[in-house]
Amino acid sequence: MEEKILLAHGSGGKLSHRLLNELIYPNFSNPILDKAEDAAVFKLKGKLAFTTDSFVVKPIFFPGADIGKLSICGTVNDLAVMGAKPLYLTASCIVEEGFETAVLQKLVKSMAKTAKASGVKIVGGDFKVVEKGACDNIFINTSGIGLIPNDIDISAGNARVGDVIIINGFIGEHGAAVMSGRQDYKLKTSIKSDCACLNGLIENILRASGNIHVMRDPTRGGVATTLNEIAIQSNSEIQIEEDSLPITEEVKGFCEILGIDPLYMANEGKVLVFAKNKDAKKILSCIKKHKLGKNSKVIGRVTAKNNPIVLLNTSIGSSRIIDMLSGEQLPRIC
Amino acid sequence: MKYIDEFRDKTIVKDLATRIKKYSDRQFNLMEVCGTHTMAIFRSGIKQILPENINLISGPGCPVCVSSQADIDSMLELSKKKNVIVTTFGDMLKVPGTKSSLEKERANGCDIRIVYSPMDCLEIAEKNRGRETVFLAVGFETTSPAVASIVSDAKEKNIKNFSIYCCHKLIPPAMEALLAKKEIRIDGFICPGHVSAITGSKAYESIGRDFKIPCVISGFEPTDILETILMLLKQIKEKKAEVEIQYSRAVRPEGNPLAQKMLNAVFTESDAKWRGLGTIPKSGLKLNDLYSAMEAKSRFSLKNIPSREPKNCMCAEVLRGLKKPLDCKLFSKVCTPENPFGPCMVSSEGTCAAWYKYNR
Amino acid sequence: MCLAIPVKVIKIKGNLAEVDMAGVKRDADVRFLENVKPGDYVLLHAGFAIEKIDEQQAKETLKILKDVYYDQD
Repeated sequence: MEEKILLAHGSGGKLSHRLLNELIYPNFSNPILDKAEDAAVFKLKGKLAFTTDSFVVKPIFFPGADIGKLSICGTVNDLAVMGAKPLYLTASCIVEEGFETAVLQKLVKSMAKTAKASGVKIVGGDFKVVEKGACDNIFINTSGIGLIPNDIDISAGNARVGDVIIINGFIGEHGAAVMSGRQDYKLKTSIKSDCACLNGLIENILRASGNIHVMRDPTRGGVATTLNEIAIQSNSEIQIEEDSLPITEEVKGFCEILGIDPLYMANEGKVLVFAKNKDAKKILSCIKKHKLGKNSKVIGRVTAKNNPIVLLNTSIGSSRIIDMLSGEQLPRIC
Repeated sequence: MKYIDEFRDKTIVKDLATRIKKYSDRQFNLMEVCGTHTMAIFRSGIKQILPENINLISGPGCPVCVSSQADIDSMLELSKKKNVIVTTFGDMLKVPGTKSSLEKERANGCDIRIVYSPMDCLEIAEKNRGRETVFLAVGFETTSPAVASIVSDAKEKNIKNFSIYCCHKLIPPAMEALLAKKEIRIDGFICPGHVSAITGSKAYESIGRDFKIPCVISGFEPTDILETILMLLKQIKEKKAEVEIQYSRAVRPEGNPLAQKMLNAVFTESDAKWRGLGTIPKSGLKLNDLYSAMEAKSRFSLKNIPSREPKNCMCAEVLRGLKKPLDCKLFSKVCTPENPFGPCMVSSEGTCAAWYKYNR
Repeated sequence: MCLAIPVKVIKIKGNLAEVDMAGVKRDADVRFLENVKPGDYVLLHAGFAIEKIDEQQAKETLKILKDVYYDQD
């Protein structure tokens, strides 16, 4: 294959076919994809979940993961938090002319590895090339479909007063890893993105308890934004305990230096679980047995209805509002 | 985190709050004049554990917020010039000028880059020799020595394509101007810890001497701020008007002589226009004759556009401690962090931003 | 513009020092400080070390805070 991706690789002609046959099909191979039709054909019965996400992260390789892995985990997780078993994904790439083929190969292999580990099949996709400068290296969109068992009803509007809120581990790692990977602020850290597929963990959680009301993965905007979304959709007051938030010392240090709040930093391997209080212990115990849940904690509760707000009970015994993220997270000097 | 966690100890906080409650016989108005203190106070929720008779007032402590509308508009004009790379701290990005903001101009294609350190600007200038790199030098005494350093380095390294838009201001003259207005009663000042690490405690002597108001230089953790409040209450009760250092682990009475030397080598005092306070004599810095060629205002011809503060915006009164954000008609109804009318709502240390985020 | 964080000096490299905060490292310009050595704690602001933390004073402040010595009026 050519060393660099050319416009011709996206034009549908011979070079496109060569790219598909040499790079894409061998790595993503499965019976549906291998038919190489214009659409993926399969039979499914039941309640379906369907989602899409686009990935434009910069840099495309960052400590702990890359845009390829992220594109699979992001969509798998969006399905899983609805209680769906993720089944089929599509992957569409828009690549900048001149992108190195070896790097593309690395990303494709990363996507394949992640898909395989999580049990999903990539059954379709697209590959386009745009002129140099028309996109930043590579943008990936993944769409996904999954099946929700009939007895599962998970929704951001389902939070009930008294529910506990559990998170499966340390927050802010993905955001910090990407920011440090960009080197805009010249900070050296060993923080790695927590990017991971959560469907295995979530399957266990749903088996452990039939009283899971809400699940959501706190990606862009962090835990703070996601909790606000749930508070609004559930029309509920949520209270979080500052002392209970699982944050590593290094993420704390990173945030202190830049003057940003870990509650607003993105996570890509975390799920917030709202469940009936009486199941808290067994859910926690179940999560902790999984490799993605070793540091899980109860971080708060749903405390009232008809007051859609998120409050933080601080370490010093006071209480303040946690708002949704506004604008970009910019480092403070002031 | 060393030197942070110990000063957030909740037992000490509770204990200090209890001791503060003993000063219950009257109202105390204490003003903080540092945006970082404003944010620290709100983030930690200190106001909630203080008794009602202790009134903490936010003053003109956010250097972004006190920049005049004319300066903001000039900076925006600068950013629109072809061939100019504007470098700035993140705090400035969304500040609304009369017609636009740096964020909007960046979306229009202007080259505007956020830096964490002014040092990064020199690197950008060196990598872009064919273009002019300008740094928006906004900040108080904590930041101006760093900016003085890069100006000095630029001259030494003969980096000709670099300049600064100097908007630096000095806190103590603003405190005096505020007091001279006699608009509100201020019983004591919570003085900025990191500004004072540079200036030392002598910078506030005139406040005690001429206005008979006590000053305590404070750290930024909850226990620091509470201890500072306690020290102020004690002085007020004893009718003292001294300058004390609570933040002794970081502030020496003489300040930082090397930083002061760098400041004096590059800058000289000048009159400055403050949003909300007007022009205050000797309250700002300008590049001295040796470095004046590096002032962006002289290097670039900037149109004099009529600057206008938004109608009904109360930033000026909020900055003087006259009004609280809730008193402003625009607050949270039309003026929000996403759609700010004035800088107090958008600056990461603005009083209105703090109220909106933590106290709505 | 007062955000400055206490960081530990790991290594001196001329006018720069490698500083560390809980594992996060950065280079800081130390020209405003005299006799900075590895192990010292300094205040990091905008890439510059603006002051050294006085360990003795820090200990004393904490002692005072913990020891309730203020006059009980």
